[in-house]
Amino acid sequence: MLDDFFTRAMVAGIGLALTVGPLGCFVVWRRMAYFGDTMAHSALLGVALAFLFQINLMAGVFIVATLASVALLFLQRQGALSTDALLGILSHSTLALGLVMVAFMSWIRIDLMGFLFGDILAVSRFDIAMIYGGGALVLGVLVWLWRPLLAATVNTEIAEAEGLRPERARFVFMLLMAAVIAIAMKIVGILLITSLLIIPAAAGRRFATTPEGMAIAASLAGVMAVAGGLSASLNFDTPSGPSIVVVALVLFLLSLVRLPERRGTGETGETS
Amino acid sequence: MLQSTAGDAEPLVEMRNAGVRRGGRWLVRGVDLTVRRGEIVTLIGPNGSGKSTTVKAAIGVTAPDEGTVRRAPALRVGYVPQKVTIDWTLPLSVERLMRLTGPLERGEMEDALKAAGIAHLAGAAVQTLSGGEFQRALLARALVRKPDLLVLDEPVQGVDFSGEIALYQLIREIRDRTGCGILLISHDLHVVMAETDTVICLNGHVCCRGTPENVLKSPEYVRLFGARAGDTLAIYHHHHDHTHLPDGRVRLADGTVTEHRAHDHPEEAKEKHDAG
Repeated sequence: MLDDFFTRAMVAGIGLALTVGPLGCFVVWRRMAYFGDTMAHSALLGVALAFLFQINLMAGVFIVATLASVALLFLQRQGALSTDALLGILSHSTLALGLVMVAFMSWIRIDLMGFLFGDILAVSRFDIAMIYGGGALVLGVLVWLWRPLLAATVNTEIAEAEGLRPERARFVFMLLMAAVIAIAMKIVGILLITSLLIIPAAAGRRFATTPEGMAIAASLAGVMAVAGGLSASLNFDTPSGPSIVVVALVLFLLSLVRLPERRGTGETGETS
Repeated sequence: MLQSTAGDAEPLVEMRNAGVRRGGRWLVRGVDLTVRRGEIVTLIGPNGSGKSTTVKAAIGVTAPDEGTVRRAPALRVGYVPQKVTIDWTLPLSVERLMRLTGPLERGEMEDALKAAGIAHLAGAAVQTLSGGEFQRALLARALVRKPDLLVLDEPVQGVDFSGEIALYQLIREIRDRTGCGILLISHDLHVVMAETDTVICLNGHVCCRGTPENVLKSPEYVRLFGARAGDTLAIYHHHHDHTHLPDGRVRLADGTVTEHRAHDHPEEAKEKHDAG
């Protein structure tokens, strides 16, 4: 029943979902959704530069996404514009630069739709090796970084006062984000990467009482979204990346139904 | 009351003429500050006057750009920062908050929670706590590390008045029991703990300092807070002999305008302050 390309897609998608779950939790906790989006959008510029200099695509995306996050940190320090406006500028200008550069490179045929929305059904064995190798590396670093990163997420000053170096944790986290974007680009596409980071994590929130539990729940929700989305894509002949995101959305909505006594969003510890 | 019996003991932290500059602007300058074991030092001042900056320099989170900050060797600091907010999406129990930066023994953790009066909330999600309970949880976090110096940045912010008195009571108990030094920032210009040994008023520099004793019995204080609060709170109502202008210069009482820092703050400045 399962064609070979479909099995490869499923294996690749599940590997990716397992990796992005815990990382997506930090994106949600740290309110970095738009930041992640900006890094993802810069990926197309990475693709264009990779073609131009004839280097590995994933390497190109990783480097440009990292540079985009460093540029953002630098511009934030300058303080000339709000973070919100800076993110908007970086996000769309890198995407536009990428599109323009790709258009100029008439000597190469680039499947733009594949990069923007993912082409999971064209995943090769090499891609699978990259997803699992890179994913294991990302998760390994995240486990090592877990305590300082979580402490920095709760409160930078506490983390700093108790010697956990939150700035370093934050920088390494940026590198992990860039790596995940490089890995995920082929599966869900540049425009949908952030949804795979955020929606499974949000869906997992209702079932978790600890940060670690939420990370695992997010990974499981991601796996369910990939399995469901790819099956739907095969059955209904819909694009694979968007199908995965739609299934993730359905899971998130179901998670809301399961817990009707939902508290107000954005509440802090100081409710009284 | 344990007043500064250890006055001549080795200071836990000592700042001399310390200043911190960010982006070409001095956030705070010329701070002299000493905290000894068993002593309570309270910083007050308007928003942006450099209270938090001073405290961060005192405990080494930021390095001073001028002057010196000396800390006792192997000083253990318990720090409760200002405005800790935890995103609702982060599932975190009080117990997990306690173990956030390192593992703890169960007994130690229970003792600290008990000392902070929230032993019954160990398993509660931090987002469900009231303002006072949350501050107690943060205090318990700081306590479990058995600090020599407890640094509290606006510990009663977002806490209602009765909770405020209870929290100050708790802080005093902690000092009495453990003998640690306490460096406290008060969010209210006029309210400081009665047990405070030294009140330091900041506004980009040290405007004045003194003991709050002279204001304890003032009629205005009693009228505002009642006699019962007298055990815990003191009002420190003061006027400055100069005004800070928006451009950083200072207008003195006689109307002359000088560059920032050029005006002096005599040691006896507290004498000029109206106690109520």
